[in-house]
Amino acid sequence: MKRTISILVENHAGVLSRISGLFSRRGFNIDSLAVGVTDDPSISRITIVADGNEYTLEQLEKQLNKLIEVIKVKTLENDELLARELMLVKIVAPSEKRSEIATIVDIMGAKIIDLSLTTMTLEISNTSFHLARFEELIKPYGIIEMVRTGTIAIQKGADSISVKKQ
Amino acid sequence: MKAAEAMVKYLEQEGIKVVFGYPGAAVCPFYDYLSKSSIRHILVRHEQHAGHEANGYARITNKPAVCIATSGPGAINLITAIATAYADSVPMVIITGQVSSEQIGRDVFQEADVIGAAEPFVKHSFLVKDAQTLPETFKKAFYIAGTGRKGPVLIDVPIDVQESEIEYSYPELVSMRAYKPTSKGNSLQVKRVAAAIAEAKKPLICVGGGIISADACKELYALAEKADIPVVTTMMGKGAVSGYDKRCLGMIGMHGVSAANKAVTDCDLLILIGARVGDRAVRSPVFLAKTTKIIHIDIDPAEIGKNIPVDIPLVGDSKIILNQLLEVVEEKGHAEWNEHLNSLRKAPVFEAAGTGFINPKEFISKLSDAADENTIYVADVGQNQIWSSNFFKVKKGRFLTSGGMGTMGYSVPCAIGAKLASENSPVIAVCGDGAFQMSMMELATIKQHNIPIKIVVMSNKRLGMVRELQTKLYKDNQVAVSLEGSPDFIKLAQAYDIPAFRVTDDKSAQEAIDKLVRNDGEPLLVECMVSPIESTL
Ligand SMILES: Cc1ncc(C[n+]2csc(CCOP(=O)(O)OP(=O)(O)O)c2C)c(N)n1
Ligand SMILES: [Mg+2]
Repeated sequence: MKRTISILVENHAGVLSRISGLFSRRGFNIDSLAVGVTDDPSISRITIVADGNEYTLEQLEKQLNKLIEVIKVKTLENDELLARELMLVKIVAPSEKRSEIATIVDIMGAKIIDLSLTTMTLEISNTSFHLARFEELIKPYGIIEMVRTGTIAIQKGADSISVKKQ
Repeated sequence: MKAAEAMVKYLEQEGIKVVFGYPGAAVCPFYDYLSKSSIRHILVRHEQHAGHEANGYARITNKPAVCIATSGPGAINLITAIATAYADSVPMVIITGQVSSEQIGRDVFQEADVIGAAEPFVKHSFLVKDAQTLPETFKKAFYIAGTGRKGPVLIDVPIDVQESEIEYSYPELVSMRAYKPTSKGNSLQVKRVAAAIAEAKKPLICVGGGIISADACKELYALAEKADIPVVTTMMGKGAVSGYDKRCLGMIGMHGVSAANKAVTDCDLLILIGARVGDRAVRSPVFLAKTTKIIHIDIDPAEIGKNIPVDIPLVGDSKIILNQLLEVVEEKGHAEWNEHLNSLRKAPVFEAAGTGFINPKEFISKLSDAADENTIYVADVGQNQIWSSNFFKVKKGRFLTSGGMGTMGYSVPCAIGAKLASENSPVIAVCGDGAFQMSMMELATIKQHNIPIKIVVMSNKRLGMVRELQTKLYKDNQVAVSLEGSPDFIKLAQAYDIPAFRVTDDKSAQEAIDKLVRNDGEPLLVECMVSPIESTL
């Protein structure tokens, strides 16, 4: 089962390599990984989507917690989170196809962010499931280049993963 | 003050009396000031041994010990020792010199990313880029290495950082928001454990290295007494309870004694303390857990449930937890169960060895009986490790070995470190002729620094353990296990001006044992001739 794991870490050089090293060393597969600084500049937040059973995930959480620079680890349940992933995609778009593409873009909640004589560049931010559907729809036009960030996620409602300020 | 001088002072502040190392250009500023301090430096003959010596020292003092190497090859030579310490949760602080910070990443002479290379084997590591962070870094390193589940911490210091000027200061305490090791056990879980003990008819305690590193052997014995529970140990737990004690059934596992293994299968409650249930210790943990109630007490939450399904997990420091338990566990007797287990004990029968050889099991057994009660016995890896762990019984001393990593060549340097940590205890290292040749350059260290350890080399002219495996599983196709070409160890020791003699029969064996147990301040090497077909069984 796919799980989303949020990790708060000290914003130090080398933390990311310790974390990715831990995953590969212990044989955990990462589907996606996204990292960025939080409102507290001394803390970064890493979101990892990984596949695994109950046992693997529990081990993973415990092993992550053992890293000295890991402040907090939380596996977010799929129904309690809001997840987003960003995709930029450049597709073949001759002028006669453009309005058709624009309709898809509109319905799917994407944006056209650049144009050239022969191509269009689209941007979409949504769940990775939604992004996959969008990809299906634009594939027939010919994808030239595609880039996705990893998923980032936050809890629904008032709950939060935070660190007590020192 | 020069940062290098401050680094030496931090070590003094940490109470460090002895360090083990090997210098080189990138760590010269530090050595320059080390010479002006009261800290004793033991020059090893290979950096790996600096690591193992610190390991032996740390296991005896139960505090982080320090080893030092230069950048590049020096640092990389330490890796095996770092991994060995990590696998056995031994507290160490490793200081390496690094090339100048502005040169890092340019593949300059003797540059190696030791932080990257050692990452899988350290509890934590620091690359110091700013000399101002040195005080806090050292304090953190010692704190991390010596608390919670102990382990090695690496500090890599570029030469320009060592050379820079800083104000001297050293923090009393450090606090890290992301590192707060738990120590006290959850009281609800403690009660559940006590209830399970009250209910059990055939309880058994199995202890690992964690109990020794938590300094909880007294508390363990008190619990075993109070609730009348027999004790088995893993290889790392050997010595937690005296091997001569009536409560101790010996070592479990693939190479353990049958009574101890039988106890594990027969018990209805297994209380694991500071033992990680390694694959060599418990063959089929999942199967065992189906029929037996399992309590797992460990300082590292990640060990609980990792290798064996657990009924009652209890995280914390075993010394504190055992004290908590002693308050709530009721006095109880298990006469029948203990009698049953005692009936499983077998007195060993030693077969006579062929002419020119001795029986190594009998030799170790006799050595065990004759040894001073405070003896620190260091076992290497190979067949000799199995003989040692089966036939050496600890009284009040220690049994040290590389349990997790099984690193050949560990015993001699570890014994050196152990001896320096406990100068009054007799220290005996027992190794194979293969492993000895991985560490025999340390005879020079022994001589140079006058470290009176006793060494026993079990000479079977083979990499015996591998030979035995090839005999059993590869139709006796003996490949790359002959140690033909080895030197005459007696002459070799003599070349270092270390007394040595060879044991070829029972008479010389007895003579050797008499000399080995003598705590006379002299180093000694004994070579025991062992038949190449001798097995561990
Ligand atoms: C550094 C290292 N290399 C290889 C091994 C694999 N190994 C385990 S036991 C053994 C043989 C040891 O031979 P020796 O030291 O002579 O001891 P014996 O088994 O003969 O008693 C070997 C090669 C190891 N454990 N450590
Ligand atoms: Mg041998």
